[in-house]
Amino acid sequence: MILPQSVEEQLKELKETLKLNKAQMEKLRKIAERQYEKALIEPGEAVGVVAAQSIGEPGTQLTLRTKWLAGATEMTVTQGLPRLIEIFDARREPSTPAMTIFLKPSYATSEQRVEEIALKILEITLDDIIKEIDVDLLRMRVEIELDPQKMKKFGIKEKKVHEIIYEEFKTAKITTGAYKINVKPKDEDIDIRKLYKLKVKLRAIHIGGIKGIKQVLPVKHGNNWIIKTSGTNLKEILKLPEVDIENTTTNDIFEVFSVLGIEAARNTIIEETINVLKNQGIEVDVRHIMLVADVMTNDGTIKGIGRYGVSGAKASVLARASFEVPLKHLFNAAVSAEVDDLRSVVENVMINQPVPVGTGLVNLKVEKKEDKKK
Amino acid sequence: MIDDGITINKVLREKVGSIEFRMLSPELIKKMGVVKVVTPELYDADGYPIDSSLMDLKMGVIDPGLRCRTCGGKVRECPGHFGYIELARPVFHIRYIPLIYVFLKSTCSDCGRILLPQVEIEKWLERLRNIKKIRGTISRLAIIKAIVNKTKLIKKCPHCGAKQEKIKLVKPSSFVEGNKKLTPVDVLERLKRVSDTDSELLGISPAAGRPEWMVLTLLPVPPVSVRPSITLESGERSEDDLTHKLSDIVRTNQRLYENLSAGAPEIIIEDLWDLLQYHVTTFFANNISQVPPARHRSGRPLKTLAERIKGKEGRFRRNLAGKRVNFSARTVISPDSQLDIDEVGVPEVIAKELTVPERVTEWNIKELKEYVKNGPDKYPSANYVITPDGKRKVISDETREVLLEELAPGYIVERHLKDGDIVLFNRQPSLHRMSIMAHKVRVLPHKTFRLNLCTVVPYNADFDGDEMNLHVPQTEEARAEAEFLLGVQNNIVTPRYGLPIIGCVQDQITGLYLLTKTEDLFSQKEVSQLLAQARVTQLPKKPASRKGGINYYNGKQIFSMILPEVDYREKSKTCPKHQHCKDPRCKYSMVVIEKGELKQGVIDVKAIGPEAPKGKLIQAIINKYGDKAAVEFIQKAALLGMAYLQKIGFTTLLTDTDLPEEAIKEIKEAFDFAQKKIDAYIKDYEEGKLEAYPGRTVRETLEFKIIESINRARNKTGRIVERHLKQDNYTLIMAQSGARGSLLNLSLMSASVGQLSLRGTRIRKGYRNRTLPHFRWGDVGPAAGGFVRHSYKGGLTPTEFFFNAITGRDTIMDTSMRTPKSGYLQRRLINALQDLKIAYDNTVRDASGRIVQFVYGGDGIDVSKSDNGRLLIPKEEVVK
Repeated sequence: MILPQSVEEQLKELKETLKLNKAQMEKLRKIAERQYEKALIEPGEAVGVVAAQSIGEPGTQLTLRTKWLAGATEMTVTQGLPRLIEIFDARREPSTPAMTIFLKPSYATSEQRVEEIALKILEITLDDIIKEIDVDLLRMRVEIELDPQKMKKFGIKEKKVHEIIYEEFKTAKITTGAYKINVKPKDEDIDIRKLYKLKVKLRAIHIGGIKGIKQVLPVKHGNNWIIKTSGTNLKEILKLPEVDIENTTTNDIFEVFSVLGIEAARNTIIEETINVLKNQGIEVDVRHIMLVADVMTNDGTIKGIGRYGVSGAKASVLARASFEVPLKHLFNAAVSAEVDDLRSVVENVMINQPVPVGTGLVNLKVEKKEDKKK
Repeated sequence: MIDDGITINKVLREKVGSIEFRMLSPELIKKMGVVKVVTPELYDADGYPIDSSLMDLKMGVIDPGLRCRTCGGKVRECPGHFGYIELARPVFHIRYIPLIYVFLKSTCSDCGRILLPQVEIEKWLERLRNIKKIRGTISRLAIIKAIVNKTKLIKKCPHCGAKQEKIKLVKPSSFVEGNKKLTPVDVLERLKRVSDTDSELLGISPAAGRPEWMVLTLLPVPPVSVRPSITLESGERSEDDLTHKLSDIVRTNQRLYENLSAGAPEIIIEDLWDLLQYHVTTFFANNISQVPPARHRSGRPLKTLAERIKGKEGRFRRNLAGKRVNFSARTVISPDSQLDIDEVGVPEVIAKELTVPERVTEWNIKELKEYVKNGPDKYPSANYVITPDGKRKVISDETREVLLEELAPGYIVERHLKDGDIVLFNRQPSLHRMSIMAHKVRVLPHKTFRLNLCTVVPYNADFDGDEMNLHVPQTEEARAEAEFLLGVQNNIVTPRYGLPIIGCVQDQITGLYLLTKTEDLFSQKEVSQLLAQARVTQLPKKPASRKGGINYYNGKQIFSMILPEVDYREKSKTCPKHQHCKDPRCKYSMVVIEKGELKQGVIDVKAIGPEAPKGKLIQAIINKYGDKAAVEFIQKAALLGMAYLQKIGFTTLLTDTDLPEEAIKEIKEAFDFAQKKIDAYIKDYEEGKLEAYPGRTVRETLEFKIIESINRARNKTGRIVERHLKQDNYTLIMAQSGARGSLLNLSLMSASVGQLSLRGTRIRKGYRNRTLPHFRWGDVGPAAGGFVRHSYKGGLTPTEFFFNAITGRDTIMDTSMRTPKSGYLQRRLINALQDLKIAYDNTVRDASGRIVQFVYGGDGIDVSKSDNGRLLIPKEEVVK
């Protein structure tokens, strides 16, 4: 009998802790095989409902608010019920995107190097390196004064800033001085509103680092240092030579999907769900979470739990109609000449027939004796 | 009887294989209609339904005594029959307006062909017809949308070359081409010209029907039984909303007919036509935007067809996905520790109302005759007798003699509920499958349902007025399923994480904890008392000691008497020997059971409690001896625990929260120290000397430092409290055994409430630069941030009390917002996953047979048969 990997691992573990010899190992395997057969799930079991209940039931125990994790070492992350809903809804973007960046062993141990890397990936906009930015109404231009100290901290040269601004605002007249930049639009009809718009635009100019990484925080993780970020850009981060590609993660499921594929997205859903539940001290078996993730990613795209995702894509008209917006589904079914084969649960509940799960799945026909004679 | 002579009963018993959805054609409407409705009046002067009115007896009957003129059935027998209204002029079906619009825009106004060249038509047609059935609807809609978008680009008909004018939809239901209004008659003509393949490309499958059916020429009239009238107390009839709407339609329709035949001016005709359109629109749906809802005389909007179907109270969710049932009861619950775990106490009044059908055989006829003889008022008795030909007869004082004579094998007696019957017991909200379990009936006096305390956890019930429901399965199959799948003993282990969810609770735990912890010896008499209460009738084999001719036993021996022969080695929650034992390998915190003999350690929540990560001992018993043994053990353990507690006496005292002078002093010192430190930080901050943490502002840094100091002080007080509490402190015992409460609760009462947090931070809201007018401007110190230095028993200061109230309200808000949110999440989850099941090849599949997982959970292990999610491997068997 072939035992699943998880059981094999368990056996290995037992072998080590109990220091078993070969004969004992064989006995253990026999026992495991017997136990495995006993523990095997039975055909017909409504695993979906069990999974949904297992995740939904403790939902009332989850906190509603997005919590700040106290202390200087953590940053804001959506937690609890809102995050759970966000994951299962398959929202395009998490409300608090965040990454956990692991580094290769040669970098991970030194706090200083990690901090250097952290500063390197932090997205820097013009706003981060200026002392002042102002609109000069007399000369109709935006005046920028750079902050040499901040620039030094991020390791940015003045010349580079100039280049970037030249590149971005080709239509403007730019004059530069020592740590001073003046930008004046070339077109004739400049008004104050346009100037202010320009100012906002200037501040947001990307100067260095990786786009999307809004905050970085080196955190001690065991013996090593890792970087936690708010904001995410998996694709660019994975390109860095210092980064440990295998362990680095983001909480943006769609980003994982586009960068690493659907299997990785599925794993991210599982990981993120486990994280939320664990944080709140709620125990739910992984199998349930796996099932939800598998349903969500089953057809190669990420579908949310709900009207626009899994429930809306069901084959049965009545099943769709019973969930939300019944009329839409009924009229669509009418013009498309749809046929409901009554193969899922709700339709059979509706027409008072046994549901095709569990004991309702069994079809047993008894041949009467007199029938046989014929 | 229906035409072909099949009785209705028989028809309903056929299994429905599939349901097809189609459009209704005018021909079919006419064919299935039994009467053409023309008269808006409903009843004549005698109150008798008028022929050809909306109440025509051909459409079915709702009054007792009358017979249906179509099928001849009486009120309950006749299912009702449709009628129809011949509309004087066609009108649009409001729900098809968007689709009609698509058709008008995408077909040639001249020749009626789709605005696509022949090549494209063939290309798209092929794509449309090759869609797989699964997930078909979504891809179909996507393709059709693409086709429609293509046609938008074409301004000249590729088939006849006619130039296309722009058509606009003027909401709610009229079309304008250029400057000309398109009447339903025009639209009807155009839709008729569209070919079947063209209409398939635009979304109407030829199997479903023809596009012109979207414009109504005949209107089906639902049967009377769909819109029954109610007779008010005053004897006045009150008609259903649908009847009101239909009579509006009939009236307008008749007027339109008359004006048409009289040759009335165009304006009048058009007005009436619009009115007819309005009535037909609101007949289908009464909440279309830009259509004023039709109202009842009282001003209440009418509830027409769409509203009947939609929403939580609509047909689908109210009547189809969930149904009302008979043979059910509901009342308040109360606890009864003497009841078995799988029993439920049912009040006699309820037992007399709920019945179980029992077939008369020669073996039970004597008993059943006794019931019938007793008559309906006595208990135990029966309420109905069903004869072999299916007639149901009431047992009353008048009939019981006759029925008694008549009763013979083959009859069915609906007897009262009696002890041992299987019933389903449920408490809402039914969040998981353990919310409905099968219990055995125990008929008891008084008026509440009684249940064993151990089953409170899966139901999440308490006894502050909770009510629960009870259902009586009526068939042998249902009873078998209930007993063997839904039974309490089958649901001890939760499928959520694979550990017991039924176990000992509260005092039961405390009792066993003390019993297994005490070094006292018990005389044979005492032991007999205790064990008898736990339904054990044997004494431990060997007394621990013998003095003055009396045998003495210890607590562990007594506990061992309720244990089956198991082996168990797990750590207990706390170490019973040393109060502050931190050593993880401390041998005293190890609970050792060998061959059903408790050798060492104490029994607490971890061994016998419900919910994770507890109940390990129960789990061990299930694994070795199965559910039945576990139920028995829990039962006995609960009884023994309570028996012991009653013997020694147990309470909770105000003095439990008293602390010695010394401790109070220590706590004060800890807080003073923290205050000093914080003052220093604040001073540094104000002088600008405070250095910021990387990536943080100085203010944030100060905040972190303050919180850190406060936390440190609080933790310290916790330890102080722990150190100074005496071992015989009742509250402490409860906390240590895991029965109820925690050390934190205790220190909240005795030492200090500590820092209150609002939205994850210290309290910051309130006035400008301060939280309350009692503080100085810019005060960021502990007290102004919601730090409560005093204890609940010692009493809070007014500001502390106020802050405490703030967080209290916030918690209430949070809970009241969370419940509906998580409820909706669960509804969605269940709806999305409910069709998943294990197929016979052990794969997980959905309703269409698509594979979701090749092996359930990667290893095929059923969580409720696992040990906390892992395969259960009894180690002892190998090592032994």
